[in-house]
Amino acid sequence: MKLSRKWLNEFVDLSLDEYNDRDFAEAMTISGSKVEVTEDLSESMKNVKVGKILTLEKHPDSDHMLVLTLDVGKDEPVQICTGAWNVHVGDLVPAALHKSLLPGGIKITAGKLRGVKSEGMLCSVKELDITEHDYDYASIKPAAILGDYKAIDPEKPSIAADIKAGDKIFGTVIAAEVKKVENAGFKLWKCTLNVGNGSVETVSDCQNIHEGNLVAYDTKKDNICSLEDLHAKQEEFPHCISDGIFVLHENVKPGDDVAKMLGRDDHVVEYEITPNRPDCLSVLGLALEAACTFNKELKLHEPVVKGGAGGNVNDMAKVYIESPELCKRYSARMVKNVKIGPSPAWMRERLRNSGVRPINNIVDITNYVMLEYGQPMHAFDFSCVDGGEIHVRCAREGEVIKTLDGTERALSTSMLCICDKNKPVGVAGVMGGENSEIVGDTAMVLFESANFNGTSIRRTANALGMRTDASSRFEKGLDAENTMRALQRACELIELLGAGEVVDGVIDVYPEGFERTVVKLEPDKINALLGTDIDEQTMRDILLNLRFELDGDNILVPSWRSDVEHYSDIAEEVARFYGYNEIPTRFTGAISTCGGFTPVQSCERRVGEICRSMGLDEIITYSFISPSYYDNIRMPEDSPLRDSLRILNPLGEDTSIMRTTVLPSMLEILTRNYNFRNKSAALYEIGKIYLKRPDGLADEPKIVSIGAYGPDMNFYVLKGWVEELIGGIDNGRLHFEAEKENPSYHPGRCAKVWVNDQYIGVLGQIHPEVAKNYGVDAELYCAELSFDAMFAVKGCVPVYKPLPRFPSVTRDIAVVCDRDVPAGDMIECIMENSGCYLKDCSVFDVYTGHHVAEGKKSVAFSLTMRADDQTLTDEHAEETVKKALKALKENFNAEIR
Amino acid sequence: MEELMQSLRESSIKAILECESAELLEQLRVKYLGKKGELTVILRQMGKLSAEERPAMGQLANKLRADIEGAIDKRKTEISALMMEKKLEDEALDVTMPGQKSVLGHKHPMYNVLDQIKDIFIGMGFEIVEGPEVELADYNFSKLNIEEGHPSREWTDTFYFTPDSSVLLRTQTSPMQIHAMETRELPIRIIAPGRVYRKDEVDATHSPMFHQIEGMVIDKGVTMSDLKATLNLVVEKIYGKGTVTRFRPHHFPFTEPSCEMDIQCHKCGGKGCPTCKGEGWIEVLGAGMVHPKVLAGCGIDPDVYSGWAFGMGLERLALGEYKITDMRLIFENDVRFLEQF
Repeated sequence: MKLSRKWLNEFVDLSLDEYNDRDFAEAMTISGSKVEVTEDLSESMKNVKVGKILTLEKHPDSDHMLVLTLDVGKDEPVQICTGAWNVHVGDLVPAALHKSLLPGGIKITAGKLRGVKSEGMLCSVKELDITEHDYDYASIKPAAILGDYKAIDPEKPSIAADIKAGDKIFGTVIAAEVKKVENAGFKLWKCTLNVGNGSVETVSDCQNIHEGNLVAYDTKKDNICSLEDLHAKQEEFPHCISDGIFVLHENVKPGDDVAKMLGRDDHVVEYEITPNRPDCLSVLGLALEAACTFNKELKLHEPVVKGGAGGNVNDMAKVYIESPELCKRYSARMVKNVKIGPSPAWMRERLRNSGVRPINNIVDITNYVMLEYGQPMHAFDFSCVDGGEIHVRCAREGEVIKTLDGTERALSTSMLCICDKNKPVGVAGVMGGENSEIVGDTAMVLFESANFNGTSIRRTANALGMRTDASSRFEKGLDAENTMRALQRACELIELLGAGEVVDGVIDVYPEGFERTVVKLEPDKINALLGTDIDEQTMRDILLNLRFELDGDNILVPSWRSDVEHYSDIAEEVARFYGYNEIPTRFTGAISTCGGFTPVQSCERRVGEICRSMGLDEIITYSFISPSYYDNIRMPEDSPLRDSLRILNPLGEDTSIMRTTVLPSMLEILTRNYNFRNKSAALYEIGKIYLKRPDGLADEPKIVSIGAYGPDMNFYVLKGWVEELIGGIDNGRLHFEAEKENPSYHPGRCAKVWVNDQYIGVLGQIHPEVAKNYGVDAELYCAELSFDAMFAVKGCVPVYKPLPRFPSVTRDIAVVCDRDVPAGDMIECIMENSGCYLKDCSVFDVYTGHHVAEGKKSVAFSLTMRADDQTLTDEHAEETVKKALKALKENFNAEIR
Repeated sequence: MEELMQSLRESSIKAILECESAELLEQLRVKYLGKKGELTVILRQMGKLSAEERPAMGQLANKLRADIEGAIDKRKTEISALMMEKKLEDEALDVTMPGQKSVLGHKHPMYNVLDQIKDIFIGMGFEIVEGPEVELADYNFSKLNIEEGHPSREWTDTFYFTPDSSVLLRTQTSPMQIHAMETRELPIRIIAPGRVYRKDEVDATHSPMFHQIEGMVIDKGVTMSDLKATLNLVVEKIYGKGTVTRFRPHHFPFTEPSCEMDIQCHKCGGKGCPTCKGEGWIEVLGAGMVHPKVLAGCGIDPDVYSGWAFGMGLERLALGEYKITDMRLIFENDVRFLEQF
């Protein structure tokens, strides 16, 4: 919401001298009306003055420039060159003088144009940051000046280069020389033409005609031809354009400040209004807040309408609310003998400064009232309302409407419309229909001031893709009590502007009426909630200032404050003006909880610490993926994991389902790093997967996901990480098993990992086909470990074991066995069967080839033995080795080598 | 004999002083003092001396032996000192060469910030709770006093799993307030960090998935004063002692009164600069007193208990902390990014 401080000042005395923008914004923000930015409009336009053209001559060294002298209210006239042709002696024009500033930060200084002194620049509407909508008279109609003619094909010109007055161009159109140009009224020029065989006088509405020009004159129609009349293209007359200097028809004199004329001597405050306060989307709403904030009087204005145009609106029009659940109230008044024209400068300024484009007096009044009262209004051309009936109803199947923006829109049956006897004439609260639009010859206007259901308006506006100033107000839920005040104000303005005559009588359909909310004033409860000691009188004063009414202990809430319904809401009102920052800062409750991490949370932290200590970087990935990612990781068609929770309204296919596996997320990040040409990456994430539950919600277990690639990477590095990680959490028996069936992984380089009987997860090299699906030509390694499973078998607090007092002895053995016997199984077998002295066993060599039979391999183990109560003897060591060899022979038919 | 001893003394001391290594020194010891050494040879002639001469000569010989031994020991110490010096010289390294690489992993910058915040609240007696991201609309909206028809419930804003809009991806961590009130014993002091989802296209400041931290206190006698005191303390822990804060009214459906908390811009000290977009203040979180309707809806008597709650966005906090300019970096997980923190 943009608020003009000039407009605000009409209701609350808050001069800029007393409160500069910064202090004003700070105080308003602190009391709850958050100010986003403030802008001093005069800052962007400086030293632009009204100039009166005294003389006008052709530039001696240019075929299209003019040299002017202007009275700019100084002792001496100034000289300015311009390329625009729509200026005449006597015109008032905006002149950006030496060292001036124009919107957009453009600086103008004196200089020379083709050798001729130019002490500034004359401005077009565009250069003043306004449009022809702001000043519709600023539009320019150019005549075709024959001297500007450039043939498209120089070989075949349509107009001869040596053409002279009296020569025929085509049909009844001849060349004519302009002998004299005199003003003949508003935007009209009387031209005396030499037509070869004599002279004629004609009045033209083209503004670029000057003495000495050669023009095309239609002898039959008696007019000077425009480009259109000549069927000419713009490029043929490059300087005959509908652009030029903004010739002023305002009540100004030379030397006046143009910024002030444009209403730029104003400061604009832009607010962020929270959705619970639609009443603050208005000048009056903010004026009330400002009055309370600065403790100033609020000067309210009661609109007065004279009426008396003849007849009574109730005899002319009827209103029927057919969907009372979507329209609480519909008020309307009629205006006759409407005179469409521009609205006065002060109104246009205020609209413009509030970010609304002025259009014409009737439309401007509806917008002005919307800004001032917060009540959107609409004006219908009543002659276009069939049967004089207004029906507020939902659209019927198949109904369409062309809205004011010229777009044909199909309506659905949930959309509330304003209809006449036969058809929709407007989309309620969103936009009017072109069929009842206010046009130049509109004579009777029906003003609508209604209250519509916010949600319905929002949905309609969204569905039609046109959120308007009106709909964005209605969608917050407006005050139904406000419609009549706004309507009266609109009619008052009609009379004030002389835009028409207001018909007596008011249509006001308000089936349910208004029921006032009453809340009890409970000062103790309020103080208890705030932790304050505010006395009751202060509370009462604050509420009265906010125009709440008090009846004993009962607070009567104003109609525009539907957000207030509970003592806690009253507490907020009190706190806002007592000052949030005045509320003492102290601990009022006793700290009666112990706090701390749960064992699961501590374990999760530990997992992260171990991963990082091994050199893995933590990543965060999206929880949603594309269904095609399951194909990328070669998940079987019939896998239950493909049954993911599906988002019905996703942003896109790539984020449309909740992942049931973390693998695609990790692969995506590995791939991204690979594509970024990072030499290696080692990553982990403790992320959730989302598994469908019968009740429609999800189980969301956490998975420790590890991924890596790079020159130092191989299966055993990954396995080492997994061993350290699980070993750092759990103290059960870690056990790996070859996994050949998982289609995402290399069938010969994948393992399942268990702790005791608890399945933890899978690790291995990603299947080359999967890597190929990701466009990666490198070995990728991943592990997916269930965090819950790891936590389930988490070891208890470690118990101290005495340190060994006697030295250990090492013996190496080598055996030959079938090639497919897993080394891990052999180690387990040795550990289980070799007696109490064996403390550790590891593989230090696996060999196939020369001296080892086909299909066999040699495996060398290193056994570490120690006794706890004595130095180990050779006999004990021998006995242990024998036991190990025996067990290997029995279990794997392994022979000593 | 005396001359013999004198000449032995001279030649041996000279040889010892000139000796350069421990091995040669040992050879000299054998040469002069050994069983067949030069001194022994001289002493063998003692028998030829008279009984009167013998004690003096013996004394002389003993002194000579002691002196040679002393000279050898002294030289030995010198040589070993020299050798140590040489060894140290040989072993000298170029200490400016880079150290041997040891890899340490990095916590994601956003979780660095999250862990910092968790620690602050743990220290103040809070517990951490986690909850579902696939959530009921009831918990995400209705029980938080966000009525049917509220704009945030629209399909253009929230991700839904069911056509009747009953199951969704939570849009805020606030449903954790409801879960906590329904399942935990009073008093409650919790924070609930986690992932939340909104239908925003990815750009430098938006992501359809982001993180929030919710916090809530429910107890007897809890006031807005409490809220301010606690959050001031938290903000001082995050942004440093002496951080200036302000509270201003705001609106959230599930708290009343509601507020937003700003910190004074640390860059300009409140004067206004690009960092604070000229406002002098930077918004850090939203908070308020738990709406009595919400309390009652969770079976807590608002006449006996009161509470306050807050919510803050984690991404923005991390972006600010590390001066990260684009939120996309957070989820891109480029190792060159991750390894900076």
